[in-house]
Amino acid sequence: MAQSNNSIKKILTVAFALCIVCSVIVSTAAVALRPMQQLNQELDRKTNVLRVANLYERGMDVEAAFREITARVVDARTGEYTDQFDPDTFDHFEARRDPATGRTLSGDRDIAGLSRVENYVTVYLVGDPDDPDQIILPIRGQGLWGLMRGYLAVEGDGNTIVGITYYEHSETPGLGAEVNNPRWQALWEGKQIFDEEGDLNPAIRVVKGSGSNEHEVDGLSGATLTANGVTNMLQFWLSPEGFGEYLARFRSGVDQDDARDADVELEVEGA
Amino acid sequence: MADATTKSVLTSPVFKNNPIALQVLGICSALAVTTSMSVSLVMTLAVIFVCAFSNLFVSLIRNHIPSSIRIIVQMTIIASLVIVVDQILKAYAYEMSKQLSVFVGLIITNCIIMGRAEGFAMQNSPKMSFIDGIGNGIGYGLILMIVGFFRELFGSGSVFGFTVLQPVQDGGWYVPNGLLLLPPSAFFIIGLIIWVLRSMNPEQIEENEFKMKHNTEPKEAV
Repeated sequence: MAQSNNSIKKILTVAFALCIVCSVIVSTAAVALRPMQQLNQELDRKTNVLRVANLYERGMDVEAAFREITARVVDARTGEYTDQFDPDTFDHFEARRDPATGRTLSGDRDIAGLSRVENYVTVYLVGDPDDPDQIILPIRGQGLWGLMRGYLAVEGDGNTIVGITYYEHSETPGLGAEVNNPRWQALWEGKQIFDEEGDLNPAIRVVKGSGSNEHEVDGLSGATLTANGVTNMLQFWLSPEGFGEYLARFRSGVDQDDARDADVELEVEGA
Repeated sequence: MADATTKSVLTSPVFKNNPIALQVLGICSALAVTTSMSVSLVMTLAVIFVCAFSNLFVSLIRNHIPSSIRIIVQMTIIASLVIVVDQILKAYAYEMSKQLSVFVGLIITNCIIMGRAEGFAMQNSPKMSFIDGIGNGIGYGLILMIVGFFRELFGSGSVFGFTVLQPVQDGGWYVPNGLLLLPPSAFFIIGLIIWVLRSMNPEQIEENEFKMKHNTEPKEAV
């Protein structure tokens, strides 16, 4: 028996048959369950968007609530909407790799540790798309242990924060992972991103101790590096490198010429 | 193994011959997934499923597996089952699969499953192997649940996600022990469980292979 089992012919037959059977099982499972998995991912994304906009309740009908929300793709360099991509299928995170839709950041401008960033970003508008109640912006950046991805919800004035949430991070449980603690998230509500001078650079930051003014949020005790990561990613994404140009359209008191100048400056720096 | 009955095959891995506590296998995943009980439970079910069916399939074809490629054959069967479990979790328990992340995939490398396929299923009938897989899965899961219970209760003040001790962050009185949310704490708890089990079953205590020698006589340095 052992003899015949170890003949080359038998070894090849067994290996081949096993591979065929196993690959059929695995591919059947993968193909049959794919629609369900995509539905789940979609639902998860929508739930996160609703959560940051303070519209989410446990057990609610996510699809129905999401009908109030419009997804649009924004060209981050000009702050204008673009119809080049379908917002329902466009994956801006993947788009950063493509030289046509992404750019590499040089060291000193890469404060959020992203190395490559996309030029086109999907944003979500709550209510009337022309005069939204809330604008939901995807943000991401390095925390202490790895990339943190989340959403920031801003009121229609392009300046007042509604909420922040992270749906993917690897921060320390009990310390940095407290970024998703509802009590900490509640501190963000009503904070102002920019100071009043109409500056294009964001003033919002996480500080140690207690945040004393409307641009400062209390830090997380024991999680300084995570808090720094949060500050850096907000500083990056809300600056003209990210959504600065786009948000300027909603803000009053911002000189559009200033915005143009900043734009020109950026291009010179980039060249 | 001639006198092994169905019952003994099923129950002995739970207490007498526990894969984690006695054989000290599968520790890595026990550290990683036990921060909350619901995650531990899903991991337990996944391991029971994979262990039972990998044992069954390995046992079914055990007389045809050439001994020179038997490990690869076992690995292929285990890996296929793990991918199926991973796909099912992604489709029906998405939140859970996000929390388990890579650890479902890493069931492939769980020594318990490999160990049972090689150590038991290669020599025994499919029925017995299947039951042995379930028994070992339960033995693994039991330890996981105990560890998960202590880590979740004292680390986040809840059991199965229901708050028992109201933590300070949410306005309660309990100061959660952050250490218990980090992997090293599982070592301590597993260590204590092994201690308890060996005190109850002294025959589990191994012979001391590395007996401490007396210190050499202190001599004055020249």
